Amino acid sequence: MTDDLDDLRRALKAAPVPDGEAKARAMALAMENFDRLQGSTEASRSSGNRTNAAPLNGVRRMFHYLTSRPALAATTSVAALVIGVAVILPVADLRIGQPTIVDAPEATPVAKKAEPAVAPAPAQEPEAVVVEAPVAEDVARAAGAAQPGAEADPIVAADALAQSEESDIASSAVVAEPVPEALAEEPMAEREAAPAAPAEALADTEMRLRAEAPLDGTLGYVTVPDVTFAPVENTEAYANEAPNPVKVTAEEPVSTFSIDVDTASYAVVRSSLTGGYLPTPDQVRIEEMVNYFPYAYAVPEGDQAFASTISVMPTPWNPGTRLVTIGIQGALPAVAERPPLNLVFLIDTSGSMEDANKLPLLKQSLSLMLSELRPEDQVAIVTYAGSAGEVLPPTAAGDRAAILASLDNLMAGGSTAGAEGLELAYQVAERMKADGEVTRILLATDGDFNVGVSDPEGLEAYVAKKRETGTYLSVLGFGRGNLDDAVMQSLAQNGNGTAAYIDTLNEARKVLVDQLTGALFPIADDVKIQIEWNPSQVAEYRLIGYETRALRREDFNNDSVDAGEIGAGTQVTAIYEVTAPGSDALLNDPLRYGAAPVEGTAGELGFLRLRWKAPGKDQSTLVETPITGTEAATAETRFAAAIAGFGQLLQGSVYVRDWGWDQAITLAVQNRGEDPFGYRIEAVNLMRLAQSLSQ
Amino acid sequence: MLMDTPDEMLATAAAAGDRTAFATLVGRHYARIHGLAWRLTGARDQAEDLTQDICAALPSKLRNWRGEAKFTTWLYRVVVNAAHDLRRRQATRAKASQGWGDWEIARQDEIAVQAEAADWLAQAMSALSPELRDTVALVLGEEMTQAEAGVVLGVSEGTIAWRMSEVKKRLRAKAREDAK
Repeated sequence: MTDDLDDLRRALKAAPVPDGEAKARAMALAMENFDRLQGSTEASRSSGNRTNAAPLNGVRRMFHYLTSRPALAATTSVAALVIGVAVILPVADLRIGQPTIVDAPEATPVAKKAEPAVAPAPAQEPEAVVVEAPVAEDVARAAGAAQPGAEADPIVAADALAQSEESDIASSAVVAEPVPEALAEEPMAEREAAPAAPAEALADTEMRLRAEAPLDGTLGYVTVPDVTFAPVENTEAYANEAPNPVKVTAEEPVSTFSIDVDTASYAVVRSSLTGGYLPTPDQVRIEEMVNYFPYAYAVPEGDQAFASTISVMPTPWNPGTRLVTIGIQGALPAVAERPPLNLVFLIDTSGSMEDANKLPLLKQSLSLMLSELRPEDQVAIVTYAGSAGEVLPPTAAGDRAAILASLDNLMAGGSTAGAEGLELAYQVAERMKADGEVTRILLATDGDFNVGVSDPEGLEAYVAKKRETGTYLSVLGFGRGNLDDAVMQSLAQNGNGTAAYIDTLNEARKVLVDQLTGALFPIADDVKIQIEWNPSQVAEYRLIGYETRALRREDFNNDSVDAGEIGAGTQVTAIYEVTAPGSDALLNDPLRYGAAPVEGTAGELGFLRLRWKAPGKDQSTLVETPITGTEAATAETRFAAAIAGFGQLLQGSVYVRDWGWDQAITLAVQNRGEDPFGYRIEAVNLMRLAQSLSQ
Repeated sequence: MLMDTPDEMLATAAAAGDRTAFATLVGRHYARIHGLAWRLTGARDQAEDLTQDICAALPSKLRNWRGEAKFTTWLYRVVVNAAHDLRRRQATRAKASQGWGDWEIARQDEIAVQAEAADWLAQAMSALSPELRDTVALVLGEEMTQAEAGVVLGVSEGTIAWRMSEVKKRLRAKAREDAK
């Protein structure tokens, strides 16, 4: 709608007129700084008259900060310098090395009042020495972009310097020559020989520039990295299996799987598509896409924990088959009666979390959520990065100020010791626990566990063991490029929690505010679904999605086998595509010697068995429902089918045949329903985007 | 005479220590810096502070002036980067969008008639991510081409095109919401 853009343009053009007084102030300050800079240039000029040295001044400055003069003076070439810095660094402050003095007489800076500043020297680099920090700053910043916190880490900075040296110096050997000399001189000029007054002015200017440091980076050749897009090289890892194949009912009549309430895959798909590229097939987990959306299924009656809704409809992408949709709706206990909640935020503050869509978004997401908590709830914050720490001891949620303050103080930096942080979080959770309360750890990370026990299986086993203590673990994924979806998935699955991926503040609101109750209060643990298909009605079947959730048939009745949890008021949907015997759509030839069906069940498509445990209980409950094949489809299940189709199109599935984006979009649009939060229309837009991207 | 000198010449002279050239340059572009700062922050007082910070840092920044780009492009980049630093210092986006809220209130006090349009702008801008806001400020506010905006923001032209379509999408969604 160009109208909107025009409106926005008009509104933006109406910038307020700058205040004359403010302008005068700013101009005065600018001129003052300009003059200071000129003055200091003159003072420093006395230390030698080198043209074209400017690009290196910053480098020199950097060295000056990094190491002591004698150590530098002892070196003879730039290359050696760089290495020298890296090696000598740890002892630099000890002032080891003989105090060699180079060019001492020339370094007396006193009164070479130099040429007047007026000297017009266009096209010529300014010769400022002392106050010029930008290059070094930029270099540090460039390094910081890759590894924030680098500014505080001289070694990294020196590394970056070593790199920048190539680009800055390699082009001109002449420039490289004077450096060692300059390095020796400059500290002289500044420390020893400079007369009091200029020195003071210098220090002053320097302080100012230091204070302005945040402003001082990223000019010219260094640009701020764009955080929106996944870098070319990324280290993401995804958990997925090959799509479920078609099974022959006569050979394998029973299908067993654990429910999955994660939604991470949908958000990852969305972030890929809006970033302008198609997700790879392993990023697509269809059940997570389908389960991303709320569905209006029948609510459970009485004190039932959940209700199941079955519907049967023709398959949109294959006229010869039918879709059987199983929808499970969790009960929503009166919100007022919810038990007090103990939350441990386990926050990844490693360097990789610096991006705007990581730590800052995370802070904001959590503060959004805070307003949903009750005064009797408790919050603690544990961070991990390099070393794990308890940033906020257990605090009543009513003390918003304290919680917000410690959230606000979180800074990204260091590497990730996920395992240690996890241990500490479990310890803190243990302290907060009380009877009748729900305790949950919310792990917020970009999925990077690169220090300590990085072996995902070791972590998994640890989390699985801790699960027995009754503490739930949910994982919130942030950012792209580093996302270790596989670790997130396995932690959440083993920790009896959910994994969600948060790419926007809207998503944070959906996960943490709108669905707070569901996300944080389980109503049924270890929910397993088993369907036995009737070979006389269903010759072949295929479960769409849930590849990572398959269970062995015998595990269904084994209560010690872990499965997914359902939160209060949430929905879970599973979709089967089934083919009737004798249909043209059959992919396998029928068996000659099939078993005779049980009397009286001839018309049933199959039999649904659900097993679940009340939270914290060991014994499971079994619920059985026949699937008659007459259950009508609704807009809800048709929309679910559209999303399943969307996922399969993204996977390049062979089962959707010539069914395409247009049909998927039409199906989704027609069954959009009420869609109060706009989630469904967003999916339609994503389909459109995927359609254009796949052309 | 100085009034007719191109920006690039002035910048080079200023970098070499020409005081008058520097003064002319800052005077000439103050309004431009202020305008963009306002578009990027959405708050008048923040824009003023940011502009002052930029002016104060310009002398040292000019040392990096290589004359490789148009001076205004270079300057825009300085402003955008300064705004990014400001945002980073503000730490959370909450505060960034609050900025629009504060600004809106002040604005309503000032000009009652324009209040409605301003309200719309504040809402529209706070519905956008910082990246999108930057893009909108440059493409719509400063009327740059997508290629120029790409140079300033350090992303490709295609990225800017995509961001603008994203902006349209968000605005459309907002229009739908408003209609409800």
